[in-house]
Amino acid sequence: MSESSQAGLSRRRFMAVGGGSAALAAFLAACGDDSGTTTTTSTMPAKSGAGTTSETEQFGKGDIGILNYALTLEYLETAFYADVVKSGLFKGADLAVLEKFGEEEAEHVAALTAAVKQLGGKPAPEPKAEFPLESAKAVTELAATVENLGAAAYLGQAANIESPEVLASALAIHSVEGRHAAVLNTVLGKSITPDGAFAKPADAKTVLESVEPFIVG
Amino acid sequence: MSKEELAHPELAAVEVVDDSEDLSRSEVILKGALAAGAVYGTAMVGPFVRKALAMSGGGDIEIVNFALTLEYLESAFYAEAKKRAGAKGELKKLVDLLAEDEQQHVEALTATVKQLGGKPVAEPKFEFPYDDTAGFLKLAATFEDTGVSAYNGAGPMIESKEVLGAAGSIVQVEARHAAAIRAQNGEEPAPQAFDPSLDEAQVLKAVEPFIA
Repeated sequence: MSESSQAGLSRRRFMAVGGGSAALAAFLAACGDDSGTTTTTSTMPAKSGAGTTSETEQFGKGDIGILNYALTLEYLETAFYADVVKSGLFKGADLAVLEKFGEEEAEHVAALTAAVKQLGGKPAPEPKAEFPLESAKAVTELAATVENLGAAAYLGQAANIESPEVLASALAIHSVEGRHAAVLNTVLGKSITPDGAFAKPADAKTVLESVEPFIVG
Repeated sequence: MSKEELAHPELAAVEVVDDSEDLSRSEVILKGALAAGAVYGTAMVGPFVRKALAMSGGGDIEIVNFALTLEYLESAFYAEAKKRAGAKGELKKLVDLLAEDEQQHVEALTATVKQLGGKPVAEPKFEFPYDDTAGFLKLAATFEDTGVSAYNGAGPMIESKEVLGAAGSIVQVEARHAAAIRAQNGEEPAPQAFDPSLDEAQVLKAVEPFIA
């Protein structure tokens, strides 16, 4: 499999997450219904709640597992931007944006590492990763995929987090991932809000499957 | 405090008016949030909102009603911007998108309050002080950053996982709006890796003037 087709696969998987969110559709239907007969129990965490906990528990129990799962994703994002910056594919203002995003992901890594330790857990190790860096356009598309997926990953965990402090930190990172995604979507001429007025979550299983092609050890 | 000392003088000039002269709790918190943002910057809006909601103790219905009031503000702001001449091309497309999204947030939150068994707050009147596209963009960027900070601040106060999920899906969209508007305005779209956290004493000092 060529590197670029891996990126394409990952993107298709991500798109499939969005399309499968029947629960969100139910929520939106409820929103347009003034009779109040449909309840908000059909919103997305009801969907993401049951399936995701066990998936993040491979990284640790409860909040520690969720934080380590997030840390693993942030490690990948940081490594990706570091490789992109070194690739020589970008210059000037574009390079500055990618450097800035990479620095912010590195700050997320540091914060999540500290948070895991604070909860008495062992921070997840940095995965070894390789990314296809064939052209500026392909890299920008992969960056957008990664950021949109990252934002969806945080959203998918929000309702699983027990500690209000951990939730506050996760929310502060989640919205920054959303900002990054919007910028990259804009560069690609795509909608800043590809899911419409309500962003869709992704569960841990889907997210981990999407990033798996980039992990080499 | 003089206008020059304010972090966001454009926020200080926004008016929230309720003709009934009986401000709802949501309107009071919104006014406080705008004032906190005007004086200390939008990063203070989150801690302010969290503190105000904790002190008022109204639960999820009150939190969603506050979010609804905030969305009323944003929705009215973009609806008005669509009517005022000026926006063209890319900016017009962006304003149309934002107006549509905020209106959908208003409808979703109204439905959510009802589903929780509460009464959705009435829409206050707003006055938005800007004269030109530059003024509009500046206020839009500040509103979107305010929205992100407010939702992130309120998030940990939410009891229901369903409401938290809905709020999360809205705040991500607000963050995307904020990035796009800031970029249009020539500002860094994601200026910081996190909303800065503030300690309890700083927050209390900042919110005291706004909470009766």
